[in-house]
Amino acid sequence: MLKINNLHAEIEDKKILNGINLEVKPGETHAIMGPNGSGKSTLASVLVGRDVFKVTKGEVTFMEKNLLKMEPEDRAREGLFLSFQYPVEIPGVSMMSFMRTAVNQVREFRGQKSLSSAAFLKFMRERKKLVEIDSKLTNRSVNEGFSGGEKKKNEIFQMSMLEPKLSILDETDSGLDIDALRIVANGVNALKSPETSNIVITHYQRLLDYIVPDFVHVLYEGKIVKSGGRELALELEEKGYDWIKNELA
Amino acid sequence: MTGLKMNLLKACLMQIENYLNTYQSILNDSDQNIPDFVRKERDEAREAIIQNGLPDRSDERYRYLDLKLIFENTEYKRIISEPAVTDSLSSFFQCEVQGMDTDLILLSNGWYHESTLPKDCKVVVCSMRQASQKYPDLVKTHFNQYLKEAKDGWTELNTMLAQDGVFIYVPDNYVPDKPIQIVNLTHGFSEKEIFQRNLIVIGKNAKLQLLICDHTLNKAKNVNHLGTEVFIGENADFQMYDLQNEPDISNVFSHLAFHQEAFSRLTSLAFSLHGGTIRNNVYVTMSGQGAESNVYGLVLSDRQQRMDNFTFIDHAVPNCTSNELYKSILDEESRGAFSGRILVRKDAQNTNAFQTNNNLCLTNEAKMRSKPQLEIYADDVKCSHGATVGQIDEDALFYLRTRGIDKHEARFMMLFAFANDIVRKIDIEPLRDRVADLVSKRLRGELVACEHCLLNCENN
Repeated sequence: MLKINNLHAEIEDKKILNGINLEVKPGETHAIMGPNGSGKSTLASVLVGRDVFKVTKGEVTFMEKNLLKMEPEDRAREGLFLSFQYPVEIPGVSMMSFMRTAVNQVREFRGQKSLSSAAFLKFMRERKKLVEIDSKLTNRSVNEGFSGGEKKKNEIFQMSMLEPKLSILDETDSGLDIDALRIVANGVNALKSPETSNIVITHYQRLLDYIVPDFVHVLYEGKIVKSGGRELALELEEKGYDWIKNELA
Repeated sequence: MTGLKMNLLKACLMQIENYLNTYQSILNDSDQNIPDFVRKERDEAREAIIQNGLPDRSDERYRYLDLKLIFENTEYKRIISEPAVTDSLSSFFQCEVQGMDTDLILLSNGWYHESTLPKDCKVVVCSMRQASQKYPDLVKTHFNQYLKEAKDGWTELNTMLAQDGVFIYVPDNYVPDKPIQIVNLTHGFSEKEIFQRNLIVIGKNAKLQLLICDHTLNKAKNVNHLGTEVFIGENADFQMYDLQNEPDISNVFSHLAFHQEAFSRLTSLAFSLHGGTIRNNVYVTMSGQGAESNVYGLVLSDRQQRMDNFTFIDHAVPNCTSNELYKSILDEESRGAFSGRILVRKDAQNTNAFQTNNNLCLTNEAKMRSKPQLEIYADDVKCSHGATVGQIDEDALFYLRTRGIDKHEARFMMLFAFANDIVRKIDIEPLRDRVADLVSKRLRGELVACEHCLLNCENN
């Protein structure tokens, strides 16, 4: 599904990614952990097409297509989704018209008929129930005045509406209380199917109790320096990152 | 003095002389039956112009507006006597706001033409010329009492040369069952300069919703000098929606004065959606306690268009509230300015005055100037002002795109949201929908020559 080969990226001549290699197959969940500043969020941003980052080397294919050549909207339409670490507030743009435009543009791209108002509302109701999001949130402007928890729930709600193949969850657990964390994780799990995959970026093992990864990778100085199974996350939780840094030294 | 400056000064003096000559030929026309009190105001305006001239960029209020663009190299024709009545224009022009029923008043090149008000309607509507004969006391009480305060040569020019316009009087305690719509039709083939003067008097506890549409079919450049005075009686409610949708060769120079009595409510919305050069001067005087004014404006400009808003809110007495919100989206090489002066006089305690001006410049060439000006002489007041000039939020744009929305649509959604802050203040639902539609077409670049008005005329 996703193949990252020797990916290098920089911002304003500062090298951040220094040769990432990663393959994600359908149905898999990968966790990416690593100390602050190791390049986790940059990797997510590069994959969804944030143009402030310059890719200097390497290839990425998604569903057998050259991802790096696509516009951000086409990446989304192909089935790539990012749950933002800091979702953006957009005053005046209603959640309803935002989601309707997004869903219909994605459907059009996938050769599906656009949804009528009634069909859209029905679909939205179902999805809100599935991810347990407060129905009032969709009556407001996009993320405007939302609490930290509401913003993260709203990301998962959008994910449920767009039905992506691969979702990247960038520190979706940060700023969440225990109840909100459970709701968000349940939403992600409810949307999981053998055809869909997740990349979970997190600092804490706690989230991985709910969203169980098949693989755990450690990112350090722009490279994946260690990969393992679920138990690697537990080990990191216990020992921190120093032992990995020491191994590399 | 340099040669260039001399030339400019000379041109300016020639322009003034030209206006004074026009006034002289009006006075010489024996058909003109001008009542003495009107004549007196006009003569005073003439004297003021001779004394002070017409303001240009050296006047602080006109610093950002290059009027040369309008007046340079053009010999405008002025219509100084009443045009012959041709066919009923309203049979050609029909309003096209679906679901909105209005009574229509039609003006042709600044002269009152006709209205469709039913006979049993208690609202008085007629031409200004008729009004000064039929209702001399009413007209005398209000005519030029409010605009004169502006002490602006351009306003005085309007007073001196405008010979007609519309008069509306809503009697005390009367609430008409429909909004009234004024259509200012500019038509013909020659380059023309039009002067129009309106007077609107709203009685105690009365209400009026007024929609003003400018519609230009003129085949050559024109300048419309519009002067409107509105008296809002005690506890009366007045809403005014001004839709300025003009072709690039059409220029609007508008002077609006509102006089508010105690506990009256004013909502004024100006939509400057298209036009060559548009200058709106708005004066609000709150002279009765408990009055509330809401003054809003939206500007959408592109290419070489120039749109300028100047407002002056005078809190003359205690316990009044004013809210101002002006927003502009400037594309390509367009220029705009907002100057908002608020005066809170010494005794006007308990004043609430809020002013906001937000602007988006979509290119490096588009330029916006914003100048809040608060003068507060009372000590127990709540006043705030804020002005922003910025670009479209790239983070928000990217966020929308990551949800599968293409770049153009995402950009449109954000611009529309910005403009919709003003549109949603329209109280009449069908009108709100129609204006929202016009704004979205304008933002998508889909407005064709004739579509930017509410009328369904033969050119459509």
